[in-house]
Amino acid sequence: MQKQRLVVVGNGMAPGRALERLFEAAPDAYDVTIFNAEPRVNYDRIMLSPVLSGEKTFEEIVIHGDGWYIDHGVTLYKGHKITAIDRAARTVTSEHGVVAPYDKLIIATGSVPTIIPVPGHKLAGVLTYRDLDDVDAMLLAAKGRGRAVVIGGGLLGLEAAAGLKQQGMDVTVLHLMPTLMERQLDPNAGYLLQKAVQARGIDVITRANTKEIVGTDPALGPPRVKAVRLDDGTEIEASIVVMAAGIRPNAALAKDAGLTINRGIVVTPDMRTSDPDIFALGECAEASNQVFGLVAPLYEMANVVAAQLAGTSDAAFSPSATATKLKVTGINLFSAGDFAEAPDREEIVLRDAARNVYKRLVLKDDKLLGVVMYGDTSDGAWFFDLLKRQADVSELRETLIFGQSYAGGAPLDPMAAVAALPDEAEICGCNGICKGRIVSAIKDKGLSSLDDVRAHTKASASCGSCTGLVEQVMKLTLGDAYNPAAVQPMCGCTGHGHDDVRRLIVAKELKSIPAVLQELEWSTSNGCAKCRPALNYYLLATWPLDYRDDSQSRFINERVHANIQKDGTFSVVPRMWGGLTTANELRAIADVVDKFRIPTVKVTGGQRIDMLGVKKDDLPAVWADLNKAGMVSGAAYAKGLRTVKTCVGSDWCRFGTQDSTGLGVKLEKHLWGSWTPAKVKLAVSGCPRNCAEATCKDVGIICVDSGYEIHIGGAAGLDIKGTEVLGHSTTQEETVEIVAAIVQLYREQGRYLERIYKWMKRVGLDSIRAQALDDTEKRAALVARFALSQQSAQVDPWRERTEGKEAHEFRPLADLTRLEAAE
Amino acid sequence: MNMQHSNWIDVGALEDIPKLGARLVKTPRGCLALFRTDADEVFALDDKCPHKGGPLSQGIVHGKSVTCPLHNWVISLETGAACGADEGTTATHKVRIEAGRLLLDATSLAPSSAR
Repeated sequence: MQKQRLVVVGNGMAPGRALERLFEAAPDAYDVTIFNAEPRVNYDRIMLSPVLSGEKTFEEIVIHGDGWYIDHGVTLYKGHKITAIDRAARTVTSEHGVVAPYDKLIIATGSVPTIIPVPGHKLAGVLTYRDLDDVDAMLLAAKGRGRAVVIGGGLLGLEAAAGLKQQGMDVTVLHLMPTLMERQLDPNAGYLLQKAVQARGIDVITRANTKEIVGTDPALGPPRVKAVRLDDGTEIEASIVVMAAGIRPNAALAKDAGLTINRGIVVTPDMRTSDPDIFALGECAEASNQVFGLVAPLYEMANVVAAQLAGTSDAAFSPSATATKLKVTGINLFSAGDFAEAPDREEIVLRDAARNVYKRLVLKDDKLLGVVMYGDTSDGAWFFDLLKRQADVSELRETLIFGQSYAGGAPLDPMAAVAALPDEAEICGCNGICKGRIVSAIKDKGLSSLDDVRAHTKASASCGSCTGLVEQVMKLTLGDAYNPAAVQPMCGCTGHGHDDVRRLIVAKELKSIPAVLQELEWSTSNGCAKCRPALNYYLLATWPLDYRDDSQSRFINERVHANIQKDGTFSVVPRMWGGLTTANELRAIADVVDKFRIPTVKVTGGQRIDMLGVKKDDLPAVWADLNKAGMVSGAAYAKGLRTVKTCVGSDWCRFGTQDSTGLGVKLEKHLWGSWTPAKVKLAVSGCPRNCAEATCKDVGIICVDSGYEIHIGGAAGLDIKGTEVLGHSTTQEETVEIVAAIVQLYREQGRYLERIYKWMKRVGLDSIRAQALDDTEKRAALVARFALSQQSAQVDPWRERTEGKEAHEFRPLADLTRLEAAE
Repeated sequence: MNMQHSNWIDVGALEDIPKLGARLVKTPRGCLALFRTDADEVFALDDKCPHKGGPLSQGIVHGKSVTCPLHNWVISLETGAACGADEGTTATHKVRIEAGRLLLDATSLAPSSAR
């Protein structure tokens, strides 16, 4: 039997795969001729990025070497671009004049890069990223060092950027959208990716709209790329520009031949074009109104073409979900399926900020719809399989996010204990709410969210320490209808959790509250009393030099540097360093109390003196008198350092091993000033008898003969918790340094209102020890960042206000009492 | 200095109140709090939370609401009513802005006989 003649236009991965399958199914059915516009054999285009970065050579990515073509009797024309198809004569013609007759034809012309038609796009030095020639051009350019500007922060653009960086160029990525790879990643993963890309020294500018590519002066020789200008006027110098802004199907040849074209060459499910003897395959083909750029569906197409050619007429292509991975060493990224939010979808999110891990599963009707993973992608294949099979995951749901190794394991049941509680068991101690009241409120008022329960019952609405319990009561009452988000949003104004907000403040360089509200899409115009103070702190902690404190976003106590009392008066607590005072200070306090008729004077638990019942209008005058005696604000109102409690130590005590009072004073002098996520209380005890009660403080020091034991994470308030030992130091100076590093780490990682013991529980004692104690380099960096913050923070707020700062706070706008009385 | 425009009393300039802040006006009937929103609207309320009498002027202003500094009740500046699940209302007073000056309705400031 006479063999049929099969001509293939294009020699990419898809036709390569189709031929492999065809030769398996029907080895002798066709005489095959391939025309390749590129002067080479079939290679793995996906692996161009490792070639660019230097991790692989071209030889390593060849799929079919010259021998393969010989073995299968294939005629390969390298460097022959087909310029015309004559469907009537059933021939194709190459640019070099070769005419080949066909019985069956496969068009696999791939895609062409989108060139953004800005002025200058034709300048020398403007490259695309499609084939080996592009890679060679980039490698050549990289030899000259300089800066490469990559337009497009998608898969290709980022791979090109990483490769060029590795070749020694400075690289800037310009991306039109707010987050990188927005088609494959949700914004959260997009930001993690941006951070990782930036950590490699690659500049990323999002929302960057390229206006012009600027060339060199034509008087100085043939013009070439000099810079890229954005529509906001920013100009970035560039020795090359890589356009990676997308691809479009290369359908010109098919169009000229009169085949049906839409975005690509339109094919029916059997992969045939409008001419049944002509197949279209790969990125140039459009099936089910979609075009494809990832390899998996293209290989599926190839299988269908091969089967059709081999005579299996019912073989059909139906596009299925695809998965994406970024091929940049050290950045683990995986996405698959559809992960957009929608009302009928649910999601499970796992975030581990310390490890930069983010996983998000989108489910609908107990089936996996989409997966996005960043940092740890080891379960990508497993999730992808569940997704493609549309497997019912209801059984796995409890542990699904943890991946395959946890699948099917019985989750622990923390519910049993709560279920066993009687109705009158108190759940919320702050507000005196018992279990029965929460249950009946949920049932009677149809409450379904934690915020609702807080609003109606006040349970967990004060200190929040019973939140877990309240949620368990809700779960018991509502059953599966209660579905707490894995990430607790900061407040009702946003879906973002605290860690995301902090990360995004850094990633997007947000430097004001309005910028945060805008960029992170707050649902309220200016936040609420919950989020604004938190944002104010995060901005202050992130940008100690740039950010101006927003007093209207501070709770009244921090706004006026005194503690509001139930009758609207204030209490005033001056610092007594390490609990030490003098006759002069006591005399000044006594005089102030007399002069301003302060009703109550009390010694606090933190070893200092509290004057209660001061009228707001009197505050500046009270402070002025205290300032005169050398006293400054004790910050008894602040989310910052409160007191350093001490015992008398080796100065007086017969058991004292070290100068605990002196160390306490040193610590307090070093640490006061900067704001922290929540209040910070310290104590220094001169011996293990621990008279200063250091083992229930945020940070406690126990002096011993050999030096200083540093304790951390105690609590003696809502929770009672003994400290844990962080480590040991031998000098006072080292101790102060370690404590400063701890405080700075807490400032950087702690969530607003999260005390040190809760932060420690979340990030782990080991992680704190590693950074603040063991790794001396990291410790020094923390200490330096703390010092930077202290530069502007160690200013007595009382003195500033006695000198007139924020005077409006302490004066009424108008006094109409006398006016009325005169009438 | 306070000037009278018919029954409206000039109590100060809009600029005297910080954006998203409040100032007090002392009256024979007790203190009023004048709030200024981000959009430069001004509202006058009794400086008393309907819950436990907390000084609303010391709270955080957001949107057209203020959060009481004592127990975090959120009070609508427009109506004086507690928002969400809380119940209670604080008296509101008429105030208007004219050429950057704040004019307070004097009729509500007379000593209340029911006090």
